[in-house]
Amino acid sequence: MTARRAGRQLHGGKVTYAVLILFTAGSLFPLLWTAVAASRNNTRLAQTPPPFWFGGNLLKNLGTAWSDANMGAALLNTTVVATTIAAGTVIFSTVAGFAFAKLRFRAKKLLLLLVIGTMMVPPQLSVVPLFMTVAELEWTDQLQAVILPTLVSAFGVFFMRQYLLQALPTELIEAARTDGANSWRVVWHVVFPAARPAMAVLGLLTFVQAWNDFFWPIIALTQNGNPTVQVALTGLGRGYIPDQSVIMAGALLGTLPLLVAFVLFGKQIVGGIMQGAVKG
Amino acid sequence: MDGRTTRSPDSPATDTPASGSPVSDRSASETPASDRPAPDSPAAVRARERRSRRYRRDLRWSPYLFIAPFFLFFAAFGLFPLLYTGWAALHRVELTAPTDMEWAGLRNFTRLLGDDFFWNALGNTFVIGVLSTVPQLLMALGLAHLLNYRLRGSMFFRVAVLTPYATSVAAATLVFVLLFGRDYGLVNWLLSTVGADGVDWENGSWTSKLAVSTIVVWRWTGYNALIYLAAMQAIPHDLYESAALDGASRWQQFRYVTIPSLRPTILFTCVVSTIGATQLFGEPLLFSGSAGASGGADHQYQTLGLYLYEQGWVNLHLGRASAIAWTMFLILLVIAAVNALIARRLRTSQ
Repeated sequence: MTARRAGRQLHGGKVTYAVLILFTAGSLFPLLWTAVAASRNNTRLAQTPPPFWFGGNLLKNLGTAWSDANMGAALLNTTVVATTIAAGTVIFSTVAGFAFAKLRFRAKKLLLLLVIGTMMVPPQLSVVPLFMTVAELEWTDQLQAVILPTLVSAFGVFFMRQYLLQALPTELIEAARTDGANSWRVVWHVVFPAARPAMAVLGLLTFVQAWNDFFWPIIALTQNGNPTVQVALTGLGRGYIPDQSVIMAGALLGTLPLLVAFVLFGKQIVGGIMQGAVKG
Repeated sequence: MDGRTTRSPDSPATDTPASGSPVSDRSASETPASDRPAPDSPAAVRARERRSRRYRRDLRWSPYLFIAPFFLFFAAFGLFPLLYTGWAALHRVELTAPTDMEWAGLRNFTRLLGDDFFWNALGNTFVIGVLSTVPQLLMALGLAHLLNYRLRGSMFFRVAVLTPYATSVAAATLVFVLLFGRDYGLVNWLLSTVGADGVDWENGSWTSKLAVSTIVVWRWTGYNALIYLAAMQAIPHDLYESAALDGASRWQQFRYVTIPSLRPTILFTCVVSTIGATQLFGEPLLFSGSAGASGGADHQYQTLGLYLYEQGWVNLHLGRASAIAWTMFLILLVIAAVNALIARRLRTSQ
């Protein structure tokens, strides 16, 4: 039974667990300490040794961050932005990935190469013209300014193509066509159902990325206008509010939704990253 | 997976024409079978021709329709800005009046090459890149190796080491600023417990780069470990068995089976991390609490990304910012070329 199986099947020893627990602690400690610091006050954070356990100011600090640092509006904005970007990326990537995986058309190889090539273009390269466009359209502080430029993703197209190559039998498409389905029907009734697991994973990964997107949003949005979470946190960190415990409360507020998502969908997110790795 | 997707509900199998010619979905969904004209009547022939023409058109053009959204958005928000950045780099453009462009030729570029801060930022980007990428990937490799054992709670460990990836650059940097604080930071307090002097992390040239790199390492080690783990799980088990039969120790198995099988993945993560390091921006921006984008009082941790931002959005020179962006692009192209070269060498050597 094990002979055909890939990967190693050895059991981990005590040392393995010890080192893994160390890595886990290192990964979680800064987050935990964010919560600890957010539950203290500025005076306590300016003492040694630093606090290692929760104090009683968490709710007060969260409230201050919520109202004074615009975190309430920021959380709502980021939810809208990340959801729209995730939905757009998933739908556009699935149809394009389907075309690249299963349909025949001219210049397919070249176009696919172009998709892969665009994965390398860093956001810094487009930021000046995007800024000019946004200024011209008077889109500063409007959410479409951060949604539209990130609505499609080359990674997503490639990811869906790789998935559909093996998960969608070509006979299924042919059967649907013989039954008289046109391409849109094929997409709706055959491709989407077959792609659903990968769409969910791509949606989660895109949501996390869009939630944490930093460079372009801090240029297109302002902290006091209509910020996303990252813009509001940047404002917090750069001296808008000098109270460190409030800053930590803001950081906690901005991270909490994704931590909840990780608790709920951690398995799927891990699976998605590992899937993307094998095929990417 | 096969069972639930074979057929669209609107086109039951009984409607499939016996002639075998493909028919558009309309015939199935809109025309009840009894209303159809006799198969050989001229009307039926015309209808069939019309359907097959529609079918051919659909087959021919739908692929382009499916890829159109991606390429339209890419053209508008990727390709056009990329080229326009190159155009803007040849002009004098100020942030206060972004539409007034004054031709400047290559002046932005020559000025860049004569600017000490540019070379400083380039050097910092390189140093921070090495300080963050090398330990990150080495640790990820070891971590993946451990995660590849049969473990209780293996999913817990995988999710746990990935949580830093869920933390945004901003949130992570704000915490690490406190942890690396000179007077009350946790790191200095730990150092003091072993009798070492506190370090002025932010103001030191090397210490600040080390601290910024730590944030990067913290956020990305788990992510890269999962990528290595995926590749490790694809290594055929037989390889380990035959290695064990030959008397290879666990370390030798790791060294002579795991690592060589992982080579393409290692190259991939190197490239991705290098690209990421070239663009490093948020960590150094927020590591200095103050409002500037200078990357410390002596620019000691100002990266290229931060220098671009400072030129464009603090000093208001969009033309110069564009020139920096294109310089970064050229650096990335060089990295890509080197990567392609190594990848080819790897393929031929195997």
